[in-house]
Amino acid sequence: MSNSRWPFYSLIAVLFFGGIFLSVYRHIEYQVPWMPGERLITWSVEARIELQADNEATTVRLLRPLNQNNYSLLDESTASPGFGVAYLDEKNIIEWTKREASGPQSLFYRATFLVNNEQESDQSKAPDVLSVVWSEPYQTAANQVVDQVNQRSAGSVSFAQQLFLALKENDENISLLKKDVPDEAELAVKLLNQNNISASLIYALKLEDGRRRQSLTTLVKVWFDEAGTDNKQSIIFDPITGQRNIPENHLLWSQASKPILEVVGGFDSIVTFSIIRQRESIGAAIKAQQNLEQNLINFSIHTLPLEEQALFKTILLLPVGALVVCLLRILVGLRTSGTFMPVLIALAFIQTSLMTGLVGFLLIVFFGLLLRSYLSRLNLLLVARISAVIITVIAIIAIFSVMSFKIGLVEGLKITFFPMIILAWTIERMSILWEEEGPKEVFVQGGGSLLTALLAYLAMTNDWVRHLTFNFLGIQLILLAFILALGNYTGYRLFELIRFKSMVEK
Amino acid sequence: MFANPFSLHKLGILGMNERNSRYVSRYNPRHLYPLVDDKLQTKQLLESSGINVPELISTIKEQSTIQKLIDFLPASSGFVIKPAKGSGGKGILVIQQVEANGRDFNYIKANGAVVDIEYLKRHCSNILAGLYSLGGKSDIAIVERIIEFDDAFSDFSYEGVPDIRVIVFKGYPIMAMMRLSTQASDGKANLHQGAVGVGIDIVSGKALHAVQFGKPVKEHPDTHRLLEELQVPDWNNLLLLAAQCYDETQLGFLGADIVLDVQHGPLVLELNARPGLAIQIANGCGLKPRLRLIENKVNTFRHKSLSAEQRVEFCLNEFD
Repeated sequence: MSNSRWPFYSLIAVLFFGGIFLSVYRHIEYQVPWMPGERLITWSVEARIELQADNEATTVRLLRPLNQNNYSLLDESTASPGFGVAYLDEKNIIEWTKREASGPQSLFYRATFLVNNEQESDQSKAPDVLSVVWSEPYQTAANQVVDQVNQRSAGSVSFAQQLFLALKENDENISLLKKDVPDEAELAVKLLNQNNISASLIYALKLEDGRRRQSLTTLVKVWFDEAGTDNKQSIIFDPITGQRNIPENHLLWSQASKPILEVVGGFDSIVTFSIIRQRESIGAAIKAQQNLEQNLINFSIHTLPLEEQALFKTILLLPVGALVVCLLRILVGLRTSGTFMPVLIALAFIQTSLMTGLVGFLLIVFFGLLLRSYLSRLNLLLVARISAVIITVIAIIAIFSVMSFKIGLVEGLKITFFPMIILAWTIERMSILWEEEGPKEVFVQGGGSLLTALLAYLAMTNDWVRHLTFNFLGIQLILLAFILALGNYTGYRLFELIRFKSMVEK
Repeated sequence: MFANPFSLHKLGILGMNERNSRYVSRYNPRHLYPLVDDKLQTKQLLESSGINVPELISTIKEQSTIQKLIDFLPASSGFVIKPAKGSGGKGILVIQQVEANGRDFNYIKANGAVVDIEYLKRHCSNILAGLYSLGGKSDIAIVERIIEFDDAFSDFSYEGVPDIRVIVFKGYPIMAMMRLSTQASDGKANLHQGAVGVGIDIVSGKALHAVQFGKPVKEHPDTHRLLEELQVPDWNNLLLLAAQCYDETQLGFLGADIVLDVQHGPLVLELNARPGLAIQIANGCGLKPRLRLIENKVNTFRHKSLSAEQRVEFCLNEFD
């Protein structure tokens, strides 16, 4: 028996020591630290431009972000097969050119920003105030709004502040104007210009770790005369909330009113953004990047485009969740509904944040069970019933999103991150369990699933675990070795020690 | 609160992890599972080789036949409708008696409730849709003759039919337990739902001791009959029946569920490729010493030539 097992044990040993070796190698050679520790935080943002080229000379101009308050540009790079690249410094623009391009094209621009406390002076010039022309009945409404706001304000800044409040209040006049100019930011600029205040639309990127396919948010920049001088000062407003200053964790992509993307010789162009947060020492980050192409052993996720990196940041955490499930099922003997359902729920918790996720999950399952108990009286066929539950889950999610948004809880929108098919199956399974084994078993398994999800969530959001899994691929081998070893465990489960307790007592 | 794992080990208690990796996955080849997961296949296999099973009345395979369900049911005697791929006693409907009511029939359940043909149709429809089967796969409904259990047990069980679970290892019956339904278990013979498990001495067929909800009990909680008076009649035949199941299925680690019918004697109700571990609590002893004994004997003796009778004989001597 022990003879036939030795290849298996040596496999575990090879995986374990291989993982250790890879990790140690990466630590020594590339100075990737073991601990997330007091590292500087950098944000890597990547713009991905997709377009259909027209079989002719193609020029693509993309606005790029600059040094700004709290964010310093560390480095930037592009990936664009066959295109010539030029950084036009004075215009903050990056330009790609090609003599003849055809078919779909993908261009990448990546910049890394360091989070610090440095302040930058704003170089942008105030744009000219445009003359505003409305057609009736909008002209009257606009005049009324400007008059009202004017009465409530003392200068350019307070006019702007009051205007954004008025936009939020959304009275009759504003609703009418929104029919002409649906976008709040654009409407604000137009009304500011009407009152002879220079303003422009600017764009910012919300920095959230691991996000892909994001778009920019629109902000409004308002200029005003500084008292006693000829200089113009500017101030930024968020048109959604009406708050002054840049919202937290937003990187300004443009400082002045200019289009983000200009394409000549192509169509159907779109730009999307991926964001990833890193906590590495700058030296290590730069050194690793220099060595990227030369070394196979430095097999690193960092060589991938940022969008794929963000995806992998999540994928590489899954083995940690799987290990938690293994531990709880094999060593503890916890019963869960569905083997890896808790890991998926934990993943959803990562996206939604824990409290929102827990409340959302319980709400969905609770209302799902209520509706499912009605469905069970209809005696539908199984596939139709599950489909009905899926639609019910989607309806519940939609209703909660709308309701929470109406009462001003943006958190509620995150409920849409839940995997709906999984939830539908969970509800179906729990409902059957309820009918057959009674509510006790539902609470045992539901509680077991939630507990597992919670522990998996804690493990997967732990800074150190995230740091290790993302920066050391060797950790995956070590995890695999652990899971294989666990699969070989034939001892008692923790719950069995309770179950069989009466036998020892005699 | 926790038992010392080393004293459990000393007692030879088999844990779930060890059951799965050491016994179930080693002695039960995966391709044989369909034989026992599908009760219709089990029944046909055992019947064709002369092992007694409850008589099959009809099978319902398609939703369309449910409309004519009444043609598939006996008009005068009781019957049981069960899903072929159900697990843990789910979806089993016992009709004790049938009464004519004009042109219709009244069906009387084990607990005395009266249902009509529409109820049975819905139940069959649920079975075919896979409500009770593992993974929700579509299923077949089986109608079989009701078991008239031995009067010897009438005081030992509340509403349901008591059955006897025998663990058969490599064809050797090594441990047995009787499961008595109670009010708490709603007439079902499932231990975790509150049925009483009575360990049965493998040699004599007499009760050893009994547990409910994992705790020792002396008498049946509803009928108050002393459980130590329990003696299974026709014990050697029952063991023989269990041992024969191995020859037909080739499953090395097998749980055979057997009932005693007044007319037909012991009948194999169903087989289980992943038998539970509660039988150890009911018997007050671990499975591992017996499993190891058989494992060693099987390797030394030329066991393949041993017949079921010889294997039972071996167990009766060995575990005395």
